[in-house]
Amino acid sequence: MKAFTYERASDAQAAVRAASETPGARFIAGGTNLLDLMKLEIEQPQHLIDVSRLPMAAIEPTADGGLRIGAAASNSQVAGDARVRAGYPVLSEAIVAGGSPQLRNKASVAGNLLQRTRCAYFYDTSKPCNKRQPGAGCSALEGLNRNAAIFGASPACIATHTSDMAVALVALEARVETLTPSGEARAFPLLELHRLPGETPHVETHLIPGELITAVVLPPPPKGGQTYRKVRDRASYAGGLASVAVAGGNLALGMVAHKPWRAVDAEAALAAGASPAEAVAKELAGASPLGRNDFKIPLVARLAAAAIGEANGRSA
Amino acid sequence: MRTTITVNGEARSLDLDPRTTLLDALREHLKLTGAKKGCDHGQCGACTVLVNGVRINSCLSLAVAHDGDEVVSIEGVGTVEKLHPVQQAFLTEDAFQCGYCTPGQICSTLGMLKELEAGWPSQETAPGVKPALTEAEIRERMSGNICRCSAYPQIVAAIKQAAEAMA
Repeated sequence: MKAFTYERASDAQAAVRAASETPGARFIAGGTNLLDLMKLEIEQPQHLIDVSRLPMAAIEPTADGGLRIGAAASNSQVAGDARVRAGYPVLSEAIVAGGSPQLRNKASVAGNLLQRTRCAYFYDTSKPCNKRQPGAGCSALEGLNRNAAIFGASPACIATHTSDMAVALVALEARVETLTPSGEARAFPLLELHRLPGETPHVETHLIPGELITAVVLPPPPKGGQTYRKVRDRASYAGGLASVAVAGGNLALGMVAHKPWRAVDAEAALAAGASPAEAVAKELAGASPLGRNDFKIPLVARLAAAAIGEANGRSA
Repeated sequence: MRTTITVNGEARSLDLDPRTTLLDALREHLKLTGAKKGCDHGQCGACTVLVNGVRINSCLSLAVAHDGDEVVSIEGVGTVEKLHPVQQAFLTEDAFQCGYCTPGQICSTLGMLKELEAGWPSQETAPGVKPALTEAEIRERMSGNICRCSAYPQIVAAIKQAAEAMA
């Protein structure tokens, strides 16, 4: 691990100020992903600003009947919250499908959203990767890309976003609250947080450098059933090959793109009266598999159709 | 950086390089070698300790971030004269072979039983239901602790027995 300096932020304003004034600064909360990558020297921050003890861990009802989840709340705290389990079961189910209990106890909500891809070539520092070294090239294009994206990839990067939680939050139409480097609060849909890779896959979000996520806000629970389904190579504690979150009429897919994928074509088809299988087929008509990940097409077709059916059953 | 952590009930003040993980602080600075460094990447669970009562991977945590925290490692769980019921159950059920993962398994069990009591769900828990200590729940909730000797059936039996003894 490269040397760095460390400070514990006294408040959120001080944290964003320090981030904009200190070269090579990064925020750290749970650190479960960042420290892993720092040990491998994939991440090399010069300064860490610890935001884990800022008063941003509360889960509170909002005036309109939604829920505001502090960015520093642990994944476990959110999954175990009685209001989350009752009103947003898809979120609780998605969280407990990810990582191990020890990781979920430490990992924060914002950290989960900002976790880096698990693409093997991103982790292998002996191979080119445009995320690690912009312009170096993408080793996954011709390599072991079984778990690569089928939507929205580019010749520069075919990696997927691996969060389970974010998939559920996108289906729930969550919003993200932040503090900009100049100290102003802003909010925007979570769907607009992550970027597609394009020619700059190292730029993964639309956050301004030094901007701090302070909360995730859920609208009132949607009408209709909810469920989260994930497929992976072993039954527990493994990254997904594909996942699907259903929240009422909303559908989001995980591990199929550089960001949580809102399946808008499938949603429109469902709203127009299509069967779950027909609706999912509409979405998959836009997929671009690469060969080794062709299996994700029938996998997602069956998984998403089954999840929609299950959610419909739960709403009855 | 000067960092004070209460470890197994005793305040310990350390001067640490910020890179020091909580695991290395325990093992290298405090010579508490019960928590093990298996993978050092949060994959195996051998480094599991309790921080403020919650189980975490101590290898994926900076020691300086734990200033003021209360840490319990396996050395604080029981004594040779008076074993903790979980330790006794692991002995009775022969829930290990080489023993390398065992400190992590035991600390993880302690955290897991508290999580279950708090009603935290796992992927084995049906929606809206308070989880129970079934075999499926134990296996799922302990999936962050790998046992290379594969003593899993005995670990499950030990956890069931310990939970009964502690009830």
